[in-house]
Amino acid sequence: MADLLPVAAGFLPELRRALPRLAEGVLVTVEATVLGAALALVLAYALGLLSRSDRLPVRGGARLVVEFFRGTSLYVQLFWLFFALPMLGFRLEPLACAVLALGLNYGAYGAEVVRGAVAAVPRAQTEAGIALGMGAGLRLRRVVLPQAHALMVAPFKNLLVQLLKATPLLSLVTVPDLTFQIDQLRSSTGATAASYLLLLGLYFGMAVVLSLLMNALERAAKARLGQEGGA
Amino acid sequence: MPTEDREDLTARADPVAPAATADPMAPAAPAVRFDRVTKRYGDRTVLDGLDLEVGRGERVTLIGPSGSGKTTILRLLMTLERVTDGVIHLDGEPFSHMPGGSRGKLVPANERHLAVRRRRIGMVFQQFNLFPHMSVLENIVEAPVHVLGESREDAGRRARDLLELVGLGDRADARPTRLSGGQQQRVAIARALAMRPGILLLDEVTSALDPELVAEVLDVLRDVARSTDITLLCVTHEMGFARDVSDRILMFDRGRIVESGPADELLESPAHERTRAFLGSVR
Repeated sequence: MADLLPVAAGFLPELRRALPRLAEGVLVTVEATVLGAALALVLAYALGLLSRSDRLPVRGGARLVVEFFRGTSLYVQLFWLFFALPMLGFRLEPLACAVLALGLNYGAYGAEVVRGAVAAVPRAQTEAGIALGMGAGLRLRRVVLPQAHALMVAPFKNLLVQLLKATPLLSLVTVPDLTFQIDQLRSSTGATAASYLLLLGLYFGMAVVLSLLMNALERAAKARLGQEGGA
Repeated sequence: MPTEDREDLTARADPVAPAATADPMAPAAPAVRFDRVTKRYGDRTVLDGLDLEVGRGERVTLIGPSGSGKTTILRLLMTLERVTDGVIHLDGEPFSHMPGGSRGKLVPANERHLAVRRRRIGMVFQQFNLFPHMSVLENIVEAPVHVLGESREDAGRRARDLLELVGLGDRADARPTRLSGGQQQRVAIARALAMRPGILLLDEVTSALDPELVAEVLDVLRDVARSTDITLLCVTHEMGFARDVSDRILMFDRGRIVESGPADELLESPAHERTRAFLGSVR
């Protein structure tokens, strides 16, 4: 600790000067997380529901997409979008690559969450819907999904925090996110330990905020099912 | 979504066309007719070439040991299961099947054929199966609004009337999970009646209840039977209730009807040894 002090003395003024850029970095990280999670959510629902289809080609197609994006690393997917796709004539903005890669990768994991949650709603609920003359679409929308949502929130919370923690990868494809900016700070000050300690603290803070938001969502979802005080 | 768009493209079902198998000489088609219906699960035969007719407004109770196929009959009728062989008719028209293929030959019904017709049938389950994410009132209003297209006001008014009928007028805003089993089952009865079914299926509706809660449910059902002309198919082990509401009782064993007759007659002087043994065991 004592060794850090002299460095910290020079570090603080640098940090103060770098604050606007750090704030921008936080915004970029938040933006990538929110947009990536939004795309992942849409894909999770689409792929998760399609993989329960009665039609083999539909189900098979959805399963293939899910297994592909779960089975290849986010790192490789991101590099492919950023470095390989331009060679085929499609050039995407770095942030667009990031959002697409995060959305596809976490959407594939999310699809398994959606599929599992829908399957976990008791068959008796579907039967009650049939007995009331409800068609398949209505049963899904009004009976099964509202109950499945409560089961999805906790696993989605994990995925969301994991997605946030995966965003430092984006700095490797020139997205000026928080990690990118802290790295700049580190190279200009040489205060490696202090810079990365700050980075740890900032990610932890963001993860805590996300968790608290998701916990509130989970309580609301449980209350809607009449399971007050659950979890 | 998953099942709704599963259409048989070769079928040209016309819901108003007279069914090929309907008998034009029959005075009034029975509400329900099972025509040599067989149901197998794997190599286990639950129903074996069953013939069964239930007249309009008739109250029929199915009794027999568990595993004898009574509940399967209700589940086939509610389309929760598909027949392995044979045809189920509703009001004289094929229900489990529909005209299709060449020369109106019957083919297994698709979802569209079943969707409209099954609205004539309501069902109350052993485990109530209320929707836990909806209040009592929302449970009852849900299908009339979203399936029948009734206005929320009309459906809500009728739901409150039905809640009065089942003695739960003050619990409209409660969550189903906050109610006792007997109360939940009475809500389930109100929910089924809200769809104005011509045929009501009661599948061991008191079997999951504590003994002291059975009476309140059966009293409601006696009321319903007395005050409506609904067709009732009932699976129960409550012989007193069966005697009160039934026109006819059918004794089942191993997927076949062993004996059938007017309620008093069958319960007082069963002709068949199997029936005597069964009645002796449930009393």
